[in-house]
Amino acid sequence: MLLEISGLTKKFGGLQALSDFNVRLEEGSATALIGPNGSGKTTAFNLASGFYKPTSGTIRFGGQDIRALKPHEITALGMARTFQNIRLWQDMTVLDNIRISQHHRLGYSIWDCFLWTRRFRRQEREIDRYAYEMLECMGLMDYAHEYPRNLPYGLQRRVEIARAMSVRPRLLLLDEPAAGLNSADVGDLIQLIRWLRTEFKDLTIWMIEHQMRVVMSLCSSIKVIDFGRTIAEGPPEAIQSDPNVIKAYLGDENI
Amino acid sequence: MEIFFQNIFNALQWGSFYALIALGYTLVYGVLLLINFAHGDIFMVGAYIAFFVATFLLGSYGVIDPGTFTGPVIVALAIPATMILTSLVGVALERIAYRPLREKGAHRLYVVITALMCGLLLENGNLALLGASRKRFPDLLEKTVFSLGGISVTNLKILVIAAAIGVFLLLHFIVTRTKIGMAMRAISYDKFAIPLMGIPINNVIVFTFILGSGFAGLAGFLFVMSYPVLDPYMGAIIGWKAFIAAVVGGIGDIRGAFLGGFLLAFVEIGVVAVFPSTLRDLLAFSVLLLILWWKPTGMFGMPQTTKI
Amino acid sequence: MQKYSFKALLLAITVGFVLAVHFQLVDQYVTTVAMLMGINIILSTSLNVVNGYMGEFSCGHAGFMCVGAYVSSVLSVLLFTKDRVFGPALLPEEFAVIGVPVVILIGGVAAALAGLIVAVPSFKTRGDYLAIITIAANYIIISCLENMDVIGGPRGFQGMKRVVGAMEDVWDIPWMPVLVLVGTILSVWAIRRFVSSTYGKGISAICQDEVAAEIMSVNTNKMKLVAFMLSSGLAGVAGGLFAHVYGYVNPQSFNILKSTECLVMVYLGGMGSLSGSVLSAIVFTLLIEALRFAIPALNSLAHQLHMVPASYEIGQVWKWVVLPLILILTMQFRPEGFMGKKELSDFFPFLKKFYQRLED
Repeated sequence: MLLEISGLTKKFGGLQALSDFNVRLEEGSATALIGPNGSGKTTAFNLASGFYKPTSGTIRFGGQDIRALKPHEITALGMARTFQNIRLWQDMTVLDNIRISQHHRLGYSIWDCFLWTRRFRRQEREIDRYAYEMLECMGLMDYAHEYPRNLPYGLQRRVEIARAMSVRPRLLLLDEPAAGLNSADVGDLIQLIRWLRTEFKDLTIWMIEHQMRVVMSLCSSIKVIDFGRTIAEGPPEAIQSDPNVIKAYLGDENI
Repeated sequence: MEIFFQNIFNALQWGSFYALIALGYTLVYGVLLLINFAHGDIFMVGAYIAFFVATFLLGSYGVIDPGTFTGPVIVALAIPATMILTSLVGVALERIAYRPLREKGAHRLYVVITALMCGLLLENGNLALLGASRKRFPDLLEKTVFSLGGISVTNLKILVIAAAIGVFLLLHFIVTRTKIGMAMRAISYDKFAIPLMGIPINNVIVFTFILGSGFAGLAGFLFVMSYPVLDPYMGAIIGWKAFIAAVVGGIGDIRGAFLGGFLLAFVEIGVVAVFPSTLRDLLAFSVLLLILWWKPTGMFGMPQTTKI
Repeated sequence: MQKYSFKALLLAITVGFVLAVHFQLVDQYVTTVAMLMGINIILSTSLNVVNGYMGEFSCGHAGFMCVGAYVSSVLSVLLFTKDRVFGPALLPEEFAVIGVPVVILIGGVAAALAGLIVAVPSFKTRGDYLAIITIAANYIIISCLENMDVIGGPRGFQGMKRVVGAMEDVWDIPWMPVLVLVGTILSVWAIRRFVSSTYGKGISAICQDEVAAEIMSVNTNKMKLVAFMLSSGLAGVAGGLFAHVYGYVNPQSFNILKSTECLVMVYLGGMGSLSGSVLSAIVFTLLIEALRFAIPALNSLAHQLHMVPASYEIGQVWKWVVLPLILILTMQFRPEGFMGKKELSDFFPFLKKFYQRLED
């Protein structure tokens, strides 16, 4: 079990954003988390990536309790994520965006940096090589020296995924990767994620997504939450016909 | 015992000054989310305006015959005049320095830098134009001492404290009961929705600056009546203290500004009673630092949240 | 051979300058202005690390300079010269030659530690509130020193001239110009290497999106600590040099006005542009010196033309009207500074090659 979350609860003041949330992600699986707006999906991601601290419950990643860790430490353990609204460093080149995400692997200190030690130069060369490799395999080589803000939205998504992949994650969290993309871009995105799963064999994917096309073609299991509570769980076909889910999205028929 | 009550009244007086100035910081921050670093110097300008208005009414410039007005009449005339003129300075600052930046949609940092620099400009401009010699404020009111069971209070102290309380009540009324007060509160929540609701945002902002600077002018007048020496740097340190008071109370909250002002004054007077007075400023700034470490948004302030 | 030629050129310029000063080919005034320029370059580039690259608004830079100045001055007087208060020198005076650079570095370390006052709160707060903390830190540092009577309190502290004199007795070269020159080159060099490394670019990531930086593996708290300590440490070095150049320090010479000078230099040059900071420090120093002459000239001109009343003198305080005005106008019309985020090498491509040679 790569990620095991049980009994996870998060309160903001009086508001229960997430209650008794459980999830178990198998290594190499792809799971979707869906639910209406404000149902607590992003809260679950924020808790998993360490940005929020849970009110109660446990989070185990690769068998290790990660509740007390800082986000960057969790990233170093092999969990990377993308954001609902793209959060690239807009004033740095695409290449630098990838480079900086290698911070957890830097093997040198600030003194190496001042003195230009051999270790520093070797590390920087290594990071450069790796970053170019990453861009090459994600098909972003042409944009290495562009600023993200000058790229179309679909490409920015791709850069964000490339940045997340560059930390060599075991678990990739995708927060609405298809939001704001047009139909052709969504096709490309599905292609990309499929390719990632074949290229990186053990990669586990957990995504929040509203577009059923994406979810259906990528995920083997879906979890639906509403008002912080889990209301359904299972393979895509079963979810699509689940009365609770339909109720959550469309409202009660009997009104 | 007598010294104790004397100190209490001193603290109340200083607290009133701090509170009156802190209001200006808090009002502007509440509406624009801008720390108007020039506000302490608006207080200083207010004090100078008070000086010129008072000497004008006393007949120093030859327009009015000396002796036309008696002291209390001059005070009654000069206070509104000072408040109006000082608020004009505040509004001018807003129109010339802040509004163009706001309309360009500049980063907030640039506005803060501009505010800081405007403060220095007012200070040093004053020094350059009027020279370094200190001015002495004329005695307008005859000092009367009321004594009540061994505790003596001057009429001036009572005036200062009463003014602060009066301003607080007035402001509380404006912010909670009037339309423009509600608009002021609304702007701080959503700057973009307000114009869409048909509220002229710039008028509300100008009104805020009028209120804040007007009260700074009042504080300046009362201050030079109590401590009748003027110098261009007088606004810097008092302005900072008042700002600390506003932050301690939670900047953006009117009650916070008042409580913070009085709290700071009591702490300072308490320190001076025990330690050498050179430690006073050091202590005030250390209090600020500790509060910002511990609770960055003050006693009444809302915690900031980041959303992703 | 060519690989070293640029370094050799740099060395030649340095040696040339030192020789020129030594044989008094340039006069005392020019030397002092040049040293001031070097100190200003250190100040503006080091403040740029925090205000430009990390996007925070620190306006208490002079406070850290003050710590460096006092710590190094007190140490060097204590160790290398006889003093009324501290008694005889603890070490032989000849040691000053090695001792003073070390002492200045210790001043830098002390200033870096003082930088913690600002760095630790920056974990939780940013923006306006952090700006207030920096100003409060500046006031607190000055106020502390004014309350320390042992080292002169508000009257200031002196005796560094004797130490520099002792250095010149050992080996007669212009020590302070040399130290300032070396300090400036090393500081700019260190900052350049820091901000262009993957490690140092972490602070630009914090500037542009702190949340993303933290989640994408940047240890934001540590990076803030490093940036603030580097910045305040170098300010401390600048302070130590300043104290030894003038031979006299006074708490009020490091007040908010001095911090403002640093801010003017950074924002004039452009946030996040190292060469911009260097250039603006040079221009700024020249401007200050120009004002020193221009204001009296303007004064006498105005009096001749009867444009001002005879009783009124246009004094040096006008400098403090002009400087804030410059920054206000910069904010209104070119808030990104003269260079923006660009470096000189973006305008003159041949410099890129030059830099690369320099770094090999």
